[in-house]
Amino acid sequence: MKLITSSSPHIRSGETTRRLMGTVLLALLPTLLAGVWFFGPRALALVLVTVAACIVSEWVFLSVTKGPGSVLDGSSAVTGLLLALTLPATTPYWMAAVGGVFAIVVVKALGGGLGQNIFNPALAARALLLLLWPASLTRYTSVGAELPLLSMAADGVTSATPLHSMVMPSLPDASLADMFLGSIGGCIGEVSTLALLLGGAFLIWRKVISWRIPAAYLGTVAFLTLVFPRGQEPLSWMLYSLMGGGLVLGAFFMATDYATSPALPRAQLVYGIGCGALTILFRYHSLYPEGVTYAILLMNACAWALDKFLPPVRFGVQKGGEAG
Amino acid sequence: MRHLFWGGVHPEGRKELSRGTPLAPAPAPAQVVIPMLQHIGRPCTPLVKPGDPVRLGQKIGDAEGLSATVHASVSGRVLALEPRPHPSGRPVLSAVLENDGQDTPGHTLLPRQTLEGLSPDDLLSIIREAGIVGMGGATFPTDIKAVSAAGRVDTVLINACECEPYITADDALLCSVPEQVLRGASVLRAILQPDRVVLAVEDNKVQAIESVRRCLEAYSQVELAVLPTRYPQGAEKQLIQAVTGRQVPPGKLPISVGCGVFNAGTVAAICRAVFDGEPITRRVVTVTGEGVREPKNLIVRIGTSYEDVLAAAGGLTEDTCKVIMGGPMMGAAQGDLSVPVLKGTNAVLCLTQDAPAPARPVCIRCGKCVEACPMHLQPLYLYRYEAVGDLAALDALHVSDCIECGCCSYVCPGQLPLVERFRSAKQTWKEGNAS
Repeated sequence: MKLITSSSPHIRSGETTRRLMGTVLLALLPTLLAGVWFFGPRALALVLVTVAACIVSEWVFLSVTKGPGSVLDGSSAVTGLLLALTLPATTPYWMAAVGGVFAIVVVKALGGGLGQNIFNPALAARALLLLLWPASLTRYTSVGAELPLLSMAADGVTSATPLHSMVMPSLPDASLADMFLGSIGGCIGEVSTLALLLGGAFLIWRKVISWRIPAAYLGTVAFLTLVFPRGQEPLSWMLYSLMGGGLVLGAFFMATDYATSPALPRAQLVYGIGCGALTILFRYHSLYPEGVTYAILLMNACAWALDKFLPPVRFGVQKGGEAG
Repeated sequence: MRHLFWGGVHPEGRKELSRGTPLAPAPAPAQVVIPMLQHIGRPCTPLVKPGDPVRLGQKIGDAEGLSATVHASVSGRVLALEPRPHPSGRPVLSAVLENDGQDTPGHTLLPRQTLEGLSPDDLLSIIREAGIVGMGGATFPTDIKAVSAAGRVDTVLINACECEPYITADDALLCSVPEQVLRGASVLRAILQPDRVVLAVEDNKVQAIESVRRCLEAYSQVELAVLPTRYPQGAEKQLIQAVTGRQVPPGKLPISVGCGVFNAGTVAAICRAVFDGEPITRRVVTVTGEGVREPKNLIVRIGTSYEDVLAAAGGLTEDTCKVIMGGPMMGAAQGDLSVPVLKGTNAVLCLTQDAPAPARPVCIRCGKCVEACPMHLQPLYLYRYEAVGDLAALDALHVSDCIECGCCSYVCPGQLPLVERFRSAKQTWKEGNAS
């Protein structure tokens, strides 16, 4: 009998990168279903395009460079799904594919690969598409519009999203219930707050993400919109601000991306607060009605530095030490 | 009020494998190997030579300074005095004793009825003569710990957490002979003069808690603290925090926050030394794991080989791949089953499955290691700095605080060899500081 003499621990929790990514995909399922429900089969087709673009480009990149990691770990599928969820259902397929390839090859792989890249690949790809083709990325159809499944682009009837009226600033026409359920114009994965909350709660319950980043992010936005309601009724303004645009999607699924957010507890809180403050700054003062994408990307750049400057309090070095 | 500690993990307990089996002595082996080093500190000086007759309980190795005496666990004859394989991996000078099966007693300690007339110094010398060391596995000489703690602690903690999975040795002790632990506690109380004596148990030991509660009336000076099960609750610093809320400062001993921590098995040994005049010649060993046919707790003579202990538990299954001294989180895997059971051997664990170790592990920065680290460290960054050999950064992130509990490696989804690397980083750090 040959005995193994490797070092302790001799047991593992059984958690793997693949399982974590699988859990994220599962948590996004309600949001995906809501997107398909509100925007039709074209939304699903867009998801398939971006996921395929991400998986294929990762496979090609890893095959060529023989780098560590595996396309089977599921992280590229998560990136693909997240990217599609940040796009309007009318986005041309080829554009979505370009986004997927950019996310994986430039942002993720050239940024250092799994766990090393600085910027969130899905959001960076969305930022690129928004920069190159702003018209396509801001063409939102109204809920229930029948979008052609097979043609490359879809020129559905465009409608304003709730955030557009909030730029005025004025409260949107949509009811709070519509905002919560998702019966509003917007990107595929941002409309249904209910579906996003279900997925976010699932991730926190499964301990895939900590509560700190979403809580700090949403809490900061809630606080700032209550205090600075731009002349509107504060509570309503806060609720519309929280449920409008990509905030909830960003807070639970984008800002919590492992590679691009801090790993240490205090840094996570500051990072979430930073995301919230920048989101409101951009929403109130930038050219676009939405600010989530750029807020998170900017904070991505600070993630490692925040970890460095906000280490955990060393064990045994308590304030006001209660040594007996 | 319940004080908790940060971090930790909840591995599957697997304690049911060995729990509830009656505490029976293992058959006396034909031969025992008694290493002169079974503790932290200096090896003993042998008091016997090959050919000498020995009696059960006779002192065969003398201690000087930071050390602990060793005793014959059988009666018979000294066959050899030579370096023998040792669970530490390095051969250690050991007395090989042939058992004549007579168990002719050779104790020099007197059994006492009560503590009356015994000064703290008398009690300390009994503990030293009996060769008692930390029996939870730390193996620090108990008399030396007690000397440094005497009069300087307000709380004595008796550690029966046994937070490592699989192990039920302290559990079995509390179930079958709770008085030994409680009486031993009264000895410590007489030596250390604390305000409180607290017996700490995790809430997964339902029967042991019942068994202690039944005896507590007679030992009203001992408090029972039932703690929510979490690994590594039994680690000294975490236990102190869980029970008293105090945090031992980095690099300091529990005394610095007025606490002394003693393992339940150690305290039972103190009881047997004082009231029965019995030095350490045997201990409770949990022989368990999926790889052993009849998992159980056995009273094993010190120096019994793993082969003999495993035979007493039905032997190994075909698919056993690892035999470990101690638990699955911190125990040391053994390559040679001729090594002996030592004073600090609380378990012989036989596993049929090894932890996966990928060829090119990748950190995804999930932060689970940070959430799990009970010492508030940053394993993911320590790992990065260790990989590039940045000793200054390792020092700045307090790698020396690592207690090697293994929680980080346990939770890591990338299966990085975290604690393994920190162990060597700590070694490098120590050597760097020494020079």
